[in-house]
Amino acid sequence: MTNALDLSLYAKPAADGTCGLDLAVEGVHCGACINRIEGAMKKLPGVTDARLNFTNRRLHVAWADGALEPARIIETLEANGYRGHPFVPLRAEQEEAAEARRLTRYLAVAGFAAMNVMLLSVSVWSGNATDITPETRDFFHWASALIALPAAAYAGQPFFRSAWRALKARSLNMDVPITVGVVLALAMSVVETANHAKAAYFDSAIMLLFFLLVGRTLEHAMRRKTRAIAGNLAALKADTAHRFAGDEVVSVPVAALEAGDRLLVRPGERVPADGTVQSGHSELDESLITGETARRVVASGATVYAGSLNYSGALTLNVTAAGGTALIDEIERLLEKAAGAKSRTIRLADRAARVYAPMVHVTAALTAAGWLLAGASLHDAIVTAIAVLIITCPCALSLAIPAVQVVASGALFKSGVIVNAGDAIERLAEADTVVFDKTGTLTLPEPRVVNADAIDADLLQMAARLALSSRHPLAVALAREAAVRTPFEDAIEEPGQGVRALVDGAEARLGSAEFCGLANVAAMPGASLIVFCHGGRTAMIAIAQTLRPDANDVVKALRALGLDLRILSGDRNDAVAPVARQLGITQWQGGLTPAEKIIFIESLKATGCRVLMVGDGLNDAPALAAAHVSLSPVSAADLTQAQADAVFLGDRLKPVQDAITVARRARRLMTENLWFAAIYNTIAVPVAIAGLVTPLIAALAMSGSSITVTLNALRARYRA
Amino acid sequence: MNVLVYLVPMAVGLGLIGLIAFLWALRSGQYSDVEGAALRVLSDDDIEPESH
Repeated sequence: MTNALDLSLYAKPAADGTCGLDLAVEGVHCGACINRIEGAMKKLPGVTDARLNFTNRRLHVAWADGALEPARIIETLEANGYRGHPFVPLRAEQEEAAEARRLTRYLAVAGFAAMNVMLLSVSVWSGNATDITPETRDFFHWASALIALPAAAYAGQPFFRSAWRALKARSLNMDVPITVGVVLALAMSVVETANHAKAAYFDSAIMLLFFLLVGRTLEHAMRRKTRAIAGNLAALKADTAHRFAGDEVVSVPVAALEAGDRLLVRPGERVPADGTVQSGHSELDESLITGETARRVVASGATVYAGSLNYSGALTLNVTAAGGTALIDEIERLLEKAAGAKSRTIRLADRAARVYAPMVHVTAALTAAGWLLAGASLHDAIVTAIAVLIITCPCALSLAIPAVQVVASGALFKSGVIVNAGDAIERLAEADTVVFDKTGTLTLPEPRVVNADAIDADLLQMAARLALSSRHPLAVALAREAAVRTPFEDAIEEPGQGVRALVDGAEARLGSAEFCGLANVAAMPGASLIVFCHGGRTAMIAIAQTLRPDANDVVKALRALGLDLRILSGDRNDAVAPVARQLGITQWQGGLTPAEKIIFIESLKATGCRVLMVGDGLNDAPALAAAHVSLSPVSAADLTQAQADAVFLGDRLKPVQDAITVARRARRLMTENLWFAAIYNTIAVPVAIAGLVTPLIAALAMSGSSITVTLNALRARYRA
Repeated sequence: MNVLVYLVPMAVGLGLIGLIAFLWALRSGQYSDVEGAALRVLSDDDIEPESH
């Protein structure tokens, strides 16, 4: 590709006359990379600023508008051994960054206030035990109020807002009891201080907010990190298209394509957009669209889909409007139906809140009524009721689930699973049936050489090195075997036939049988053959879809976990059967349309199964949406990946197993934590109802239970 | 005990300075790349190479 890439879509002009570009950078490993990249950028003419964010592997470059051709930035990165992929930061990601900063500010204020109020409170508690004067105590209480009231008003905002939203929608969430507890504790403390009382609860209220904010901030940071990585992956995948501008061909980002554009698709490239073939003749591998591994012959007038791999000849396409083709329309219609039919599962935390919140408030009210009936003063009855509210404030309860989620998604991230949906971990743990797609999910997304053992090693290496000179998909698959990554010099590609080069004084040829001078070659079922000849020696190289290297082990392990395994494929039955046999999966079906896949999953759901769907093709997207929970490999079609609850990276299938093990462990810890919170309450509440709780006991109980729950959550870290 | 009347506000005031410093650091983006900051400190690019 010699033509320059048009980056005008990505470069953003700023107010001060500079232009900015954001890139996701591949290949950043260590601290030295920071200097190398930033140094190289700053040497470019016109560059005013270059900063690499090592945490999310992103580079921001700014230059004086017009002084620099943005494509130079990518070229410079490549010259230094990195690959840069431009992207437009998503609005959602920017909003999350702002939210994260806001949460950190709340956390800082709450932490500051909690520390200072606690300092004053400890003095009062020790003074009460010895000889503090009432004047000093009042002074300390008023100082506490001065710190705690504004801090709580500021740092409590996320809870107050969320509680208000829930109440307006006539429902309850965990923030309702938190808000009621904090507001009442602060109000009572002010009244008590004005009455020169011995105890006030400023420290409990502000410490509660601090602990809760720690949980929220961590949860948010984890979500942002996975979101950023997912954004980088999207940028890495965003391909360029070759668009005709008059007679010339210009590379443009796929995002800039419009209906009516004329595109050139060369052999070995993926079709960048849906369209109709205007001229040319080729074979397309549509396995990413339909799951079918047999190639389809297309000629002018044929409809082609984005994501198909072009095999043999160059095609000229006319881009049709998004969603203008029958297949895409059908998929979108099915997706809508699947999303509508999906029963919204209620998250564990919300279920707990719905039971917990009314119980707390009823208990507090009963306590006040009970003490009044027993003849206590109104003041004492209210103080005891508020103590019940404070002690039951769901500190441990509202940390119980987010803390586990944070640790578990961190563990999943290390195993190469990126979680998209917040409650995906809970739903993953519930899965009892796993439905796999075949092509690209159980098998590797790209074909491999399958008969390497039958070929002399030196011959295979020579063939693989020669294959480096061709972009034909079969040659690309063969080139993966090459140990030496430098192509032969003066290799010549004969379009549609093969490559040849002079190696060790004899001509080497790689390509079709005719190209190598062989008359008849026996076809191998399910595999494509390319022939290599050098001197008098020939080799028949078979290339086919192969299973992911650890598929067998993972399938065994999943079965050992008690999961029911099935295969639903869009590919022909005789292509699915050997895979199913090899893996020992007896329940499989081939030749399914997207609609039939949904029907199958719905019937599984009707028998009470909770289905985990693992798939990558466009034809799997509706099935992913219909399933209880879904996973897709990172090589999946964009629309499909958007439907999946989590995405896994790499060539191995192990992340699927890890996802289930980590999720189940997390689910167990969540339940454990909820039980712990329940036990804590059954001990603490009677003490509070009896009127025996002092601010010191409240502070100890609150921090003790929060720390226990958090430590328990740390056990969600996965040890393989 | 009169000493507390100005010692307590002083202690709180010192804490406030710390809080304001943190908020300033947050606002100026010093927490946007914590991993990078740990590595940048090790680089010697600000030291001019000695010419012999």
